[in-house]
Amino acid sequence: MDVLQLQRKLREHQAAMLREGFLDDQFSQLQKLQDESSPDFVIEVVKMFFDDSEKLLNNMTRALGQVPVDFKQVDAHVHQYKGSSASVGAARVKNVCATFRNFCETQNLEGCVRCLQQLQQEYSLLKNNLQYLFRLQEEIQAAGGSIPTIE
Amino acid sequence: MDCDGVVSGVRMGEASEEVHVLAVDDSLVDRKVIERLLKILACKVTAVDSGLRALEYLGLDQHKIPSQSNGFVEGLKVDLIITDYCMPGMTGYDLLKKIKESSTFREIPVVIMSSENILPRIDRCLEEGAEDFIVKPVKLSDVKRLKDYGVGGRINKRKLPDTTEPDLSSSPPSDSSSLLSSSPSISPSPPSIIDSPIRRLKMTTATHD
Repeated sequence: MDVLQLQRKLREHQAAMLREGFLDDQFSQLQKLQDESSPDFVIEVVKMFFDDSEKLLNNMTRALGQVPVDFKQVDAHVHQYKGSSASVGAARVKNVCATFRNFCETQNLEGCVRCLQQLQQEYSLLKNNLQYLFRLQEEIQAAGGSIPTIE
Repeated sequence: MDCDGVVSGVRMGEASEEVHVLAVDDSLVDRKVIERLLKILACKVTAVDSGLRALEYLGLDQHKIPSQSNGFVEGLKVDLIITDYCMPGMTGYDLLKKIKESSTFREIPVVIMSSENILPRIDRCLEEGAEDFIVKPVKLSDVKRLKDYGVGGRINKRKLPDTTEPDLSSSPPSDSSSLLSSSPSISPSPPSIIDSPIRRLKMTTATHD
């Protein structure tokens, strides 16, 4: 596949992720912060987000497995996750976190467990989609092309 | 003397034109983002992960002996403190209070960031002396708004002692997002002079969910 085709694929993939709500404008904002002096900024932030995600999802799982459940503790983890997902533009993850927080407030265990499952799903989907995005970027760069940005 | 302490700090600062921002946030992701935003605007950034670390950095650590906890740290120049509100242990609000209680640092503008657009929270911070309040997630336009504190390049480099005149920015507000570009001065006036009802109104119309 040549550079032009790769670039088109990348543009389409980014547009799809935005359209389907996986990403929102904040992701585009982060891309604007990337330049020659900080060429891997977005990948670095996303990697931090992935690490954060895994840590927080584990914390939530553990907290929901306690007897009795400390909903304030669960909420603290969800609040953190909501924050970092918002900061990278992970819109669907962020939205599930918002619902999750409501269930924490009403101490609805079933609702919380459902939200955790949804979060794990959304995180998994997002991770796959972003990794594909970064792979495309790498291929383009390897072929000597430039990364098209979302405008 | 308080005034001398502040002035000597600023005089040391005049040798370096770089604006030094102390950023406080417990989230690794957010620290990385705020650091990048500030560096793009040519600021020097020190990022710490808690209010306690921020106080340690400023030399306001209570564990030190009293004569060392007045915040005098040789060569330290901080032009702006930007802190998250929700942090475990010491919140951004607690940190703000500690800074405003310090004779050495109370003149440093403090900006609060929060993911939650809660009006009473915003009011409380402004009343305690915060200069501005940014709703997360933080974008470049939010940080550009802080240009009155030197972010993005100083306009007036000299700060005279006992000044009662505002440190005027020469550029007028160019868009609705820079609602505080005609912000209050960094002069020794008490927080109650800040026109909070007006600022509150501007903030509610400017913030979007």
